[in-house]
Amino acid sequence: MPALILAVAEVADGSLTRLSTEAATLARSLAEASGGSALGLVVDAAPAGPAAELAAYLPRVLAVTSGAVAGQVPAPHVAAEVARLLGEGVTHVVIGATTDGRDIAGTLVGLTGLGLLANADEAAWEGDGPVTRSVVLGGRAVTRSRLTAGSGLITLRPGGVPAVEAAAAGTVEPREAAAPAVPAATVLDRVAEAGSEVSLEDARVVVVGGRGVGSPEGFAVVDELASLLGGVVGATRASVDAGWVPYARQIGQTGRVVKPALYLGLGVSGAMQHRVGMQGSEVIIAVNRDQDAPIAEVADLFVIGDLFEVGPALAAEVRARRGG
Amino acid sequence: MQILVLTKPVPDPAAGAERLGPDNRLDRAASPTVVNGNDEYALEAALQLVEAHGGEVVILTMAPANGTETMRKALALGAVRGIHVTDEALAGADLPTTIRVLAAAAAQEPFDLLLGGLDTSDGAGGAVTAGVAACLGLPLLSAAAAIEPDPAAGRVRVRRLSARGYDLIEAPMPAVISCTQALGAPRYPSLKGIMAARSRQIASRSLADLGEGLAPADGAWATKVVASEPPVTRAAGRTITAAPADAAREIADFLADRRLI
Ligand SMILES: Cc1cc2nc3c(=O)[nH]c(=O)nc-3n(C[C@H](O)[C@H](O)[C@H](O)COP(=O)(O)OP(=O)(O)OC[C@H]3O[C@@H](n4cnc5c(N)ncnc54)[C@H](O)[C@@H]3O)c2cc1C
Ligand SMILES: Nc1ncnc2c1ncn2[C@@H]1O[C@H](COP(=O)(O)O)[C@@H](O)[C@H]1O
Repeated sequence: MPALILAVAEVADGSLTRLSTEAATLARSLAEASGGSALGLVVDAAPAGPAAELAAYLPRVLAVTSGAVAGQVPAPHVAAEVARLLGEGVTHVVIGATTDGRDIAGTLVGLTGLGLLANADEAAWEGDGPVTRSVVLGGRAVTRSRLTAGSGLITLRPGGVPAVEAAAAGTVEPREAAAPAVPAATVLDRVAEAGSEVSLEDARVVVVGGRGVGSPEGFAVVDELASLLGGVVGATRASVDAGWVPYARQIGQTGRVVKPALYLGLGVSGAMQHRVGMQGSEVIIAVNRDQDAPIAEVADLFVIGDLFEVGPALAAEVRARRGG
Repeated sequence: MQILVLTKPVPDPAAGAERLGPDNRLDRAASPTVVNGNDEYALEAALQLVEAHGGEVVILTMAPANGTETMRKALALGAVRGIHVTDEALAGADLPTTIRVLAAAAAQEPFDLLLGGLDTSDGAGGAVTAGVAACLGLPLLSAAAAIEPDPAAGRVRVRRLSARGYDLIEAPMPAVISCTQALGAPRYPSLKGIMAARSRQIASRSLADLGEGLAPADGAWATKVVASEPPVTRAAGRTITAAPADAAREIADFLADRRLI
């Protein structure tokens, strides 16, 4: 039986997320390598736009109009569509490893008993199925895993598979929504925190303040450098737990994975759980007053010094070079 | 309120000694074992809820026989009893089996809320809590940063972490909630708690106690690890020890060379 590989897309603010295009690219390349085919799924109150975007990556996209996802959490609705497609011949499902994506994957495992290759950052078709690479044990080991049956699920971490459009755009087919697979919680309100418009994953420059920043006021240095360098502010778990920065800014194992052109860390020790979220950055610069801070192991430039001295000096230098 | 909390024993991330054995499975002897971090947040939230609304907290663990040692740590914080699912046939269990088994054990307990972690620190699959909810046919409220039940109305509200901030979501109870660090740090066990934990009951359940067909015969798991390798490392770069103004110039040169400023 040839493989039929489904990429599940996620929509944010009316358009496709970047991770969805990565999942679509992976589904297509697995399908090509296996001699099978790939398709995509968008479930949204207004799926037409994102489905058209997804069709740039896949030969066939199903656009399910689901009014319910506007006012309910999406996982029960998306899982119902995927379960239906599994019944119609889909063999493998690629889902982004976001909160919603993991909810969808978990729901599907519970409903179908299918195996899940979780948190893949790479996958290749080998023999009769996909083999995925995942970082486990908080960054201390890397595993390669496969399914023992002819079908199963994959959750994909952001940034592992570069998105590449297909040679030709695919077709979009509208579909009626299925009934939710399990009861769905109601969404009463969606609250955006200040500064959340710029996504951490898309930023070219990320300036991170760690516990060394010491206070919410201390973040002024981080904010200033971020805006001077055209970047966004990121955080370690320590600075999030302290309440200085919203959780959405956390980088690492339990936060976001970033691969910016420049990561600048101020007062960040570089714990393994933080490193797994940032060591794919092109350039890493760290300022730390402790010469033994483990972030030195991954930094291209490791500056031993006080962030409250080096930070403002760097800001002044950048300003001076720009002519004031 | 009756609250069931899923608690998984994991290698202590703070010890930094986690590793895989030659069989590519977790080397359980290499590391001390603790309650998974997110499960501790779940437990703390559960304890605060019963302090506010009355009721009790029970923990549910699927683990090898010595899993009881870690369960005592959770009991010391205030859970009144534990359910320990343990069976030779579950060694190395995959996600579908873990989910089915935990759901079957949970189905034997009355509860208003079932709390689990958003993910685990060792594998970080992040699928079990959602899977258990699906198996039980209950609503899932995931990525909780705050939990507000209304026992009179039979509903629960959760602040759910989002990429932008948070969503306020609601479902009828019984419901399943996956918990995060944003719920707040767990309490430390008191000496009294540690003493009390010794005599708290941990009921042991085998697969046969939970029903038929929960685990495949002969460990025919749905997934297998075929290889493992050490993590990728990055070559260390240059260290700058100059005074701030000079250091700033060196950084700026470095950035300018790479067209980052
Ligand atoms: C299961 C699990 C998941 C985790 N997930 C994450 C995650 O997703 N993201 C994450 O970041 N962490 C995560 N952690 C936590 C992680 O282990 C570290 O505790 C955390 O990253 C430390 O943050 P930090 O570097 O800001 O603080 P610290 O480790 O306290 O480091 C602060 C640093 O600042 C330096 N410093 C202090 N003052 C100054 C100054 N004036 N100038 C210059 N340097 C100064 C110090 O020398 C020190 O190196 C996780 C932990 C666990 C167990
Ligand atoms: N063996 C287990 N025993 C009890 N709870 C578990 C077990 N495995 C997973 N869980 C729960 O499910 C959550 C998510 O786990 P995972 O999907 O493995 O990342 C954990 O934080 C626990 O609350």
